[in-house]
Amino acid sequence: MSESSVENLVNREYQAGFVTDIESDTLPPGLDESVVRFISAKKGEPEWLTDWRLAAFRGWQAMPEPRWAHVHYPPIDFQAISYYSAPRTQGDGPKSLDEVDPELLRTYERLGIPLHEQEILAGVVTDRAPGDALRDMPNVAVDAVFDSVSIATTFKAKLREAGVIFCSISEAVREHPELVRRYLGSVVPKSDNYYAALNSAVFSDGSFVYIPEGVRCPMELSTYFRINAQNTGQFERTLIVADKGAYVSYLEGCTAPMRDENQLHAAVVELVALEDAEIKYSTVQNWYPGDAEGKGGIYNFVTKRGVCKGDRAKISWTQVETGSAITWKYPSVVLRGHDSVGEFYSVALTNNRQQADTGTKMIHIGRNTRSTIISKGISAGRSSNAYRGLVRTSPTAAGARNFTQCDSLLIGGECGAHTFPYIENGCESAVIEHEATTSKVSDEQLFLCQQRGIDAEKAVSMIVNGFCKDVFRELPMEFAVEAGKLLEVSLEGAVG
Amino acid sequence: MKLLQVENLHVNVQGEPILKGLTLSIDAGEVHAIMGPNGSGKSTLAAVLAGRPGYEPVDGEVRFLGEDLMALEPEARAHLGMFLAFQYPVEIPGVSNMEFLKAALDSHHAALGRPQASAVEFMKRVRALAATLDLSPEFLKRGVNEGFSGGEKKRNEILQMLLLEPRLAVLDETDSGLDIDALQVVAAGVNGFRRDDNGVLLITHYQRLLDHIVPDQVHVLSGGRIVQSGDRTLALKLEREGYGWLAT
Repeated sequence: MSESSVENLVNREYQAGFVTDIESDTLPPGLDESVVRFISAKKGEPEWLTDWRLAAFRGWQAMPEPRWAHVHYPPIDFQAISYYSAPRTQGDGPKSLDEVDPELLRTYERLGIPLHEQEILAGVVTDRAPGDALRDMPNVAVDAVFDSVSIATTFKAKLREAGVIFCSISEAVREHPELVRRYLGSVVPKSDNYYAALNSAVFSDGSFVYIPEGVRCPMELSTYFRINAQNTGQFERTLIVADKGAYVSYLEGCTAPMRDENQLHAAVVELVALEDAEIKYSTVQNWYPGDAEGKGGIYNFVTKRGVCKGDRAKISWTQVETGSAITWKYPSVVLRGHDSVGEFYSVALTNNRQQADTGTKMIHIGRNTRSTIISKGISAGRSSNAYRGLVRTSPTAAGARNFTQCDSLLIGGECGAHTFPYIENGCESAVIEHEATTSKVSDEQLFLCQQRGIDAEKAVSMIVNGFCKDVFRELPMEFAVEAGKLLEVSLEGAVG
Repeated sequence: MKLLQVENLHVNVQGEPILKGLTLSIDAGEVHAIMGPNGSGKSTLAAVLAGRPGYEPVDGEVRFLGEDLMALEPEARAHLGMFLAFQYPVEIPGVSNMEFLKAALDSHHAALGRPQASAVEFMKRVRALAATLDLSPEFLKRGVNEGFSGGEKKRNEILQMLLLEPRLAVLDETDSGLDIDALQVVAAGVNGFRRDDNGVLLITHYQRLLDHIVPDQVHVLSGGRIVQSGDRTLALKLEREGYGWLAT
């Protein structure tokens, strides 16, 4: 991602808060079996998937809404939400870039995700001179999801040469039904939890990745999620499978317009790493956080889980969470294969009235499995920021090791930081370490900076960046720059 | 040329009067030392000059290079050339010393409309200055004051002073907690800093610092006012006789 597009993404105030004026086919609000059937039919899905959705829906109806998270919000009226909205011009799913509505392309360009320019690199258009800035952009293949549908996926042909499948999940259902059927719901079952069940019933699109045996994916893959329509929920589903010895690095970004109503985003992400495979999954989450008084913003209720299915597999989650009115997510790893590795690196920043309850689960089943958790929570304004993490070792996990470091940084005196660690050790030979610290950006630190000429806002952002260094180090380069700037913007007004 | 002119300065801390009519004048090229018993207001003077929050000037006037110092934000005072070497330098974990120094220097350049130093020339300069203070390049990569010994913290303050080249350096008990070797390194740093167009205000308890940095004037602060001024022989007398002989 180039410098200028980074600036677009993080420009002062919430630059991503604009609305694209485009005609959409939107289902009227409401949820019943006919909505589930409509979505499934719209996608031309096989019967097994329709049945799977309906089973999820029936399960969801019988489930109570979870209330254990350390967040507070009025009850959600699930009948007031529209469960499907697609740009009218989009027709039936992603097409070649020439056919995508230019208004949609402009939207992504404004967000710093230039779908055209990405394609230029692939050699589709060759009228760019060498030395043109656009030629120097890093190679990233993008799947662009707009409200309920994927509007375009770049670099597909080039990836295909390497045997990599990267497409919308709707397309995968049509083109690779055997893979989808084998793995969908294998990590996050359709009845896993309230929001995962809802997602299983009504998911409308998302990305699918398959890296074949022994292949190192030749470029970064990314999905960019954009909510545009009003009163619409986004329920996307991502499934990534890395076959034996494969490697992939995947990035995810998200934004939404500024609206006074809360909007629901309930995604499910499933990762499967077979023997010796490695998946690196990075998120920069910048959903609209609501205004300074807590009006509007996205409810980000997400289930993300990976399974290290084979021996020596590795899954690494890195997340930078700065947006959303409420964040409720626990990217987890089930360490089934022997000697498999799970990692979780997280920066969660809350400001104004934002609330976050986020962390991870590391489930050790295989022998000599290892996990690392580094969590950095930053609270400012009147926000609330909780870390919640589970480390479990089963009796089979001989020699398992976990290291957890959980740090909180407070800015000002009106915010809250909470830590809820759960350790369930079922294995005598396991070693579990947990370290936690809480610190404040102190007046002394600010004064030292100011005395050296550095203004308070710059000082806070420098201190916060320093606090997050261990996590930023894990991000792909372009994202690390973006993340640092994003923190700066999100902290705006945090010092009085 | 007048650097600093303090006239009848009254300062409250948490509503409590600490400085009660302090008057002091420092010319360019001079070193002044302020001594005095505990609680006499020495550190309050340092803090109020730098603009530390909570130190409230209630009366009097402070002119620094002709400007009304008390009207300026702390960072604006810094850009004008006011530097405070802290008695207890605070740690900023995760922010490398190098990064901190660069941000500080950049802020000065930006405020003064000077071009920014290139990364290469900046590094060269910082490394050279650090070497004069017996600080290794490794030290520059560590977090600001993070896990530094007392002596390292104080030398780090001097490093910042040498880099930023202020017009007036206020050293608040920079000698406290230093062994004799470190004291000599710090003193050499301060002596190397002295020029015709800048000044130094040393705040200290101990005469021994003044063996290494020779002051032009020594002032005794007591009860929030300067009660006696003289040349360096005054410091020697204080060391022999204590503060008891002074009328407060």
